[in-house]
Amino acid sequence: MIDLTTLTIATARKKLDGKVFSAVDLASAYLIEIKKKNEGLNAYLEIFDDVLEQAKVADEMIAKGESYPLLGIPLAIKDVILIEGRKVSAASKILENYIASYDATVIVKLKKQGVVFLGRTNTDEFAMGGSTENSTYGVTKNPNDTGRVAGGSSGGSAVAVAANLALGALGSDTGGSVRLPASFCGIVGMKPTYGRVSRYGLIAMGSSLDCIGQIAKNVEDASIIFNAVSGHDILDSTSITDIMHPKASLKKIIGVPWNLVNGEGVDLKVQENFKQSIEKLKKLGFKIKDIYIKNLDIALAIYYIIMPAEASTNLSRFDGVRYGLHKDGKNLLEDYLLTRGAGFGKEVRRRILLGTYVLSAGYYDAYYGKAQIVREVLRKEFIRVFQDVDLIVTPTAPFVAWKIGEKSDPLSMYLADIFTVTANIVGVPAISIPSGFVLVEGKKLPLGIQFMAPHGGENLLFEVGKKFEEML
Amino acid sequence: MDIKDVENLANMVRIELGEDEKKELLSDMKNILGYVKQIEEVKIEDINPELKTYNVWREDEIIPREFSRELIADQFPNAQDGFLKVKKIL
Repeated sequence: MIDLTTLTIATARKKLDGKVFSAVDLASAYLIEIKKKNEGLNAYLEIFDDVLEQAKVADEMIAKGESYPLLGIPLAIKDVILIEGRKVSAASKILENYIASYDATVIVKLKKQGVVFLGRTNTDEFAMGGSTENSTYGVTKNPNDTGRVAGGSSGGSAVAVAANLALGALGSDTGGSVRLPASFCGIVGMKPTYGRVSRYGLIAMGSSLDCIGQIAKNVEDASIIFNAVSGHDILDSTSITDIMHPKASLKKIIGVPWNLVNGEGVDLKVQENFKQSIEKLKKLGFKIKDIYIKNLDIALAIYYIIMPAEASTNLSRFDGVRYGLHKDGKNLLEDYLLTRGAGFGKEVRRRILLGTYVLSAGYYDAYYGKAQIVREVLRKEFIRVFQDVDLIVTPTAPFVAWKIGEKSDPLSMYLADIFTVTANIVGVPAISIPSGFVLVEGKKLPLGIQFMAPHGGENLLFEVGKKFEEML
Repeated sequence: MDIKDVENLANMVRIELGEDEKKELLSDMKNILGYVKQIEEVKIEDINPELKTYNVWREDEIIPREFSRELIADQFPNAQDGFLKVKKIL
């Protein structure tokens, strides 16, 4: 029996190469675990029927002496990333039976390494949400307390990794959708610099914010997945080269925007845990600097203007004409109305209407135009702050995972993104790392700490993240 | 914002809504817009507010990429002789 609880990508690599176990053994162990637990947790929407065949191919590659960091490693893929010939639904009714006609660039890269794809994981519909409650296919449950949400939108991917149903996973992060569920589930979730991982083949939400993120048990594993999927891609016009952002030298200073951390709406338990994390960083030799980032408190408002605006535009392609759900009416207009009326869930409709509103004549300048300007001001402010500090640190979420169904008002759910959206708005990389547990109603619930680095500073996140992890 | 605005928006984005949902959406949107409205209060000082966005083009050369015509055509809701069939527009 392979002990999946302690297994990491790095240790599995050694054991696969050393023939301690085969890729088929490993994949079988995960399939058994998935069979046991997935029904209760709803992490996967589909387990691929050719997992063992994929593993056999990986074993053949290993037998030939090939070795890649992810060869034979079983990963879970969020249901918004295209794999040729497989279903991808964005957890939406409108794409319920859609089969991808090509591979996303990240999938091409993972296939070259011989990754074993276990299945596609649950998400809020079109990745719109912070709890995976907006999925058409049921909520994903938190393995630490199944009465609570897993976070979202990449809740399925996070739970797959946290509950040992996959060794690692890909998610997508538009405003915190990888980091938030990672924090709620007690694992590592990372959002790279905007453009460092190609989004060709990712179902788009907010195109100026979307990133494909990595989910893993520890920082090293997250870095292994990141290294495998990153790199310039001609098929994504927002893709950047690794040398685009200059490397900064380490100053050993960490910035904390205390006014936001100690602000309204942040749970006292979260603040307490965060202070303990800061003490650990001091022990690691970092100087902590109180930083004031102008307009940081406005980031969430910027986000909830720009994201719906872009989402409403992106989702106009789902019209029942070329693919996906089709409802037949008397004429073309009725086809559109019926198809989109039946195909999109509540949160998606809400954001499409909201986005259309902020883009409409008469409101464009006041909302979308202004948000774009403030966004640029905030981006420059981050560049200024990063001249003095290596990293900016905050809690990942202002509170622990909430109870399923507890946040019925959309605005109260949006507030969960308060610490995470900024990295998407200014385009910097950020990682959520477990920072301990709090006891809530007899259950141990995980908390996370978020590190943000300057553009292109992923290595800094990995370096400091690994050290922080050892202190836990 | 009132129920007429919601109806107008829904019509523009081609989403059919029920009466109850219109009311619900109106209340949600009022809440959310009330929150994001704070953007109006932000004062912009000493920066050039001009946005420097630019297009990124690739060379206009043919790079052959393989697509499965079959996989794409299989997704058509309605087809005839391998072509996508749509309703008349005008």
